[in-house]
Amino acid sequence: MNKNLFRKTSGLMACLGLLSLTGCTTVKEYQKSRINDAEMELSARKSEKFEQNFYLYREGAAGANGGKSGGGCGCN
Amino acid sequence: MKKICISVGVLLSLFRAGYGQSVAQPTYEKRKLKLEEINLVSSYYQQDGNNSAVTGGIGTEKLTDFAQSFDLVLKTTDQRNRQHTIAFDFNIDHYTSASSDNIDPLTVSSASRSDTHIYPSIAWNVHNDNNRTTKGLALSYSTEYDYKSYGINLNFAKASADNNREVSLKAGAFFDTWKAILPPELRPDGYGSGAHGDRDPIDYKPRNSYNLSLALSQVVNKRMQLLFTVEPSFQQGLLSTPFHRIYFQDGGETVEKLPGSRLKLPISFRLHYFMGDRVVVRTFYRYYIDDWGMQAHTANLEVPVKVTSFISVSPFYRFSHQTAVRYFAPYEQHKQTEKYYTSDYDISGFNSQFIGIGFRTAPPGGLFGIGHWQSVELRLGHYTRTTGMVANSVTLLAKIK
Repeated sequence: MNKNLFRKTSGLMACLGLLSLTGCTTVKEYQKSRINDAEMELSARKSEKFEQNFYLYREGAAGANGGKSGGGCGCN
Repeated sequence: MKKICISVGVLLSLFRAGYGQSVAQPTYEKRKLKLEEINLVSSYYQQDGNNSAVTGGIGTEKLTDFAQSFDLVLKTTDQRNRQHTIAFDFNIDHYTSASSDNIDPLTVSSASRSDTHIYPSIAWNVHNDNNRTTKGLALSYSTEYDYKSYGINLNFAKASADNNREVSLKAGAFFDTWKAILPPELRPDGYGSGAHGDRDPIDYKPRNSYNLSLALSQVVNKRMQLLFTVEPSFQQGLLSTPFHRIYFQDGGETVEKLPGSRLKLPISFRLHYFMGDRVVVRTFYRYYIDDWGMQAHTANLEVPVKVTSFISVSPFYRFSHQTAVRYFAPYEQHKQTEKYYTSDYDISGFNSQFIGIGFRTAPPGGLFGIGHWQSVELRLGHYTRTTGMVANSVTLLAKIK
């Protein structure tokens, strides 16, 4: 594994995370009408379930997308 | 005296104020297990290409898959006012695969020409509002003709006091068993075909996967929220596919051989933004690296537009780039001296694109006047890979609440 690249990517993600957290404001429950909208849910849609399965089988990269991470060979 | 009166008055008013603000202990309200929602998902997928790993990196990849999913969510509250959620998920898909038919091209139809994959799971989560934690356990099972898998997952999440931030941790393990079906010309004497009725013995090989997921979600403001996820996983056992053929430069033939372990590290970032009153922008990016030499970048953009208060249209686009694993070479490019080899184009270097559109309707009174039928969603997608493989999918989701 390319350790340098891994370090750079992890650093970049951590910086992005810190930057986004420092820019946060406190949002009260009654102000969350848009945040609580079904389209805003922080996960893949239920209707993407089988799409995520075929990504898992047809591509080498997997995980960190809320999809299936194991079970079943996908070898066909 | 005046001071005493004022002091008593202030104390009494404080006492009253304190009394007025005292919170009564929540009384136990026993609730029966209540059906929260049912989701029915049907999907049809078909693909075609000309780089099947079964025939050494050449030959048809034609495949069709018809998948059905039924999930049911039940909720209840216990004596300590904790919310229990039990989710049953039953999935079944039936596929026909032309490449698998070529495992044994001399027979009319080989063992894996078509197969049914069944994978149910059950998940139990307990949410405690007092300390804002969620704990859960999930069990899963998966079976197909030559493969079985048992899975277990544990999860824990803790939200901040203002519910604007949540940290979650998941750990999972899958214990799988392969039935090692070999191409007929590469079977040792007395080795079985794996077909029904064949009494010759066949090997069974393990493949275990262990996953850990750490996620942080954050509400940034009234319109934006994001999610970071890091999900390392480790696999060990038979990671090659026993019926994938390899053709060497010198004309020799064998089966795919890959290392017995693989460490994967995907890191993802999801950001959703509500723009104006009608448009939501859903973005996703993932960086992936593993110890087989693969690196990948995946980006996804989906923009649901609320045409009316109960109809939305969601165009989406996904792009992915991956480099090949270091053990990959095309048909007749491998050398006999190599330790590991594969001609599986799924782990070769390529770019892929998936473009499509989704439609969702959720009328206030339910669909077709059926109050419990909350929504229906249709998704159509077209997938292309620079290796030449093309796929199409259509998915229909019905939600009952």
